[in-house]
Amino acid sequence: MELIQKHPILEFRHGNEVTFTFDGQEMKGFEGEPIAMALHANDVRIYRVTPEMKRPRGFFCAIGKCSSCFMVVDGVPNVRTCVTPLEPGMKVETQHGKGLVPLEAK
Amino acid sequence: MKKMIDTDLLVIGGGAAGLCAAAEAAGAGARVTVIESDLHAGGQLVKQTHKFFGSKDEYAGTRGFKIADILLDEINSLGDKVEIRTNTTVTGYYPEEGFFTAMKGEEEYYRIKAKKTVVATGAQERLIPFPNNDLPGVYGAGAVQTLMNVYGVVPGKKVLMVGAGNIGLIVSYQLRQAGVEIAAVVEAMPKVGGYWVHAAKIRRLGIPILLRHTIVEAFGDKVIEGAVIQELDDKFSLIGEPRTIECDVICMAVGLTPTTELFWQADARMLYCPQLCGHVPYRDETMRTSHPDIWVAGDASGIEEASAAMVEGRIAGHSAAKALGLPVREESFKEYWTRLDHLRAGEVGEKIRGGICQVLVDGWEA
Amino acid sequence: MGCTCNSSDKEKLFCSGVLVDNRPGAVLPPQDAWEKKKGGYVIIECPQRIPCNPCATSCPTGAVVPFVDINDVPAIDYDKCTGCALCVAKCPGLACFVVDLTYGADEAVIKLPYELEPKPVKGARVKCLNRVGDEVSDGEVFAVTEPLKDHTTVVSVVIPKKLVGEIRAIKVVC
Repeated sequence: MELIQKHPILEFRHGNEVTFTFDGQEMKGFEGEPIAMALHANDVRIYRVTPEMKRPRGFFCAIGKCSSCFMVVDGVPNVRTCVTPLEPGMKVETQHGKGLVPLEAK
Repeated sequence: MKKMIDTDLLVIGGGAAGLCAAAEAAGAGARVTVIESDLHAGGQLVKQTHKFFGSKDEYAGTRGFKIADILLDEINSLGDKVEIRTNTTVTGYYPEEGFFTAMKGEEEYYRIKAKKTVVATGAQERLIPFPNNDLPGVYGAGAVQTLMNVYGVVPGKKVLMVGAGNIGLIVSYQLRQAGVEIAAVVEAMPKVGGYWVHAAKIRRLGIPILLRHTIVEAFGDKVIEGAVIQELDDKFSLIGEPRTIECDVICMAVGLTPTTELFWQADARMLYCPQLCGHVPYRDETMRTSHPDIWVAGDASGIEEASAAMVEGRIAGHSAAKALGLPVREESFKEYWTRLDHLRAGEVGEKIRGGICQVLVDGWEA
Repeated sequence: MGCTCNSSDKEKLFCSGVLVDNRPGAVLPPQDAWEKKKGGYVIIECPQRIPCNPCATSCPTGAVVPFVDINDVPAIDYDKCTGCALCVAKCPGLACFVVDLTYGADEAVIKLPYELEPKPVKGARVKCLNRVGDEVSDGEVFAVTEPLKDHTTVVSVVIPKKLVGEIRAIKVVC
């Protein structure tokens, strides 16, 4: 993970290291920290592909206001990954287009 | 399903303004619920590693993230008066029924009924148009701060900063503190918009600030690989030769816009005010909007420094507590206004003063 | 600062955060007294009216003249300045420096604020940077302190006396 090793001002207290998957690939992140941050630390920068133009999108505002980081998380589309905490075993997927709402809510 | 929360004072937004409003009102005895969309309270304060300006009343000389701790300590010291609900977003206001709706995470919904409400929803980042401004790697300055200062993630290898207001200057310095290289800071205006000392502090580290320059294009295959910048003349027309800058992050610090959806839904009287960076609600000097039960504080009332947001929060919390019939220390109100006036008195406050006088009303008809 | 630039170039530099010429809120101490002053005098490079006063409120001797308006630019009473460098550690804009000219015949000591990694250690050689980040000389770290225990260190560096008007930062090379 690409983390800041030494900072002149801040000390980072991370949560437990957990495993999740991104498009089927196993990755490590910190429990309780936003999914988008965990992905970025794993050098993943493309979170979704737009419906019409098929443009790649990453995150932009990181405070849950702009919709740029929508992804499919555990089968649910349009999850704001910048403010959704990472949980162990989460299945995170690139969102293509608008995403399909699962017929049966979990 | 139809869960309803009842509270005396609802504070929407747990940032600098919201926490101060909550602390002030709870100090007067109000039962307060703070709704915060992020995973923790503190808003933008938690991302600030620099020491604040202002006077000791606004915690000058204390780093932003420490100020968030101080405010939360104040709230905790008031016992169980204040409940802070994080990871919860207010999604709407229903004037007929008089309640707000909120969602925790993505799936849990409920309603909130409050006697009085302070809306301290803050702001959102602006973007400027240029080809490929949607590619991953074009990040808002606040997002870059979140990555590196809250979660300790390296935002990139080399950054082009767009905008030399306080945010652009401060985040450039913070990037350097995180060990990230800054290719340049580009600013369309002929002088830096932020505090001169913030500019001096990055200049002496060798970070170029290119005045009268703008980004004309970003490029990259799927993610940002670089940008093209160019000089502007005094009419903001492109001149000179375009220059290619290699970078993997383009950090946008081109301003913020107040987050005001709830005021529109509440039918508060609004004005488009360029000096305050967007549509903002009219307010009286107690920060009450034209809606008798809704107050505003912080960037939602117009983009300004966090130090001013904290004082506005105090004023709104004070006034809302008074409206709830609680005893408040009357002198505080005057003291807060004196502080606000001082914060806005300088050269950089001129724009703010010009905006405030357009939206400040003498009072609302009863 | 070279003499080749015309006033408009100078103004441009100033507008991007580089101090040129003497400005209100950014002046050098009186030379005669300065040369004799053990411990040095403070130089505050804060030429813009902004709402900020910790330099004045943190000064233990009142050498940073108390502000009438919080937007005042700092003015120094050199009779009172002891060169203690508390303001160097406190200033949110990292705009305070203390320069002691009594260190040696050709060398001076500058105390400057430092908030980066890696931290310098006593005795280390560092690169000294001017106001635009050019390396203008080597320097030797004389002391590293953290007066307010808040992660802003005050680094004392021995520098060539002739460059006291230019050097305002250091680069630590490992």
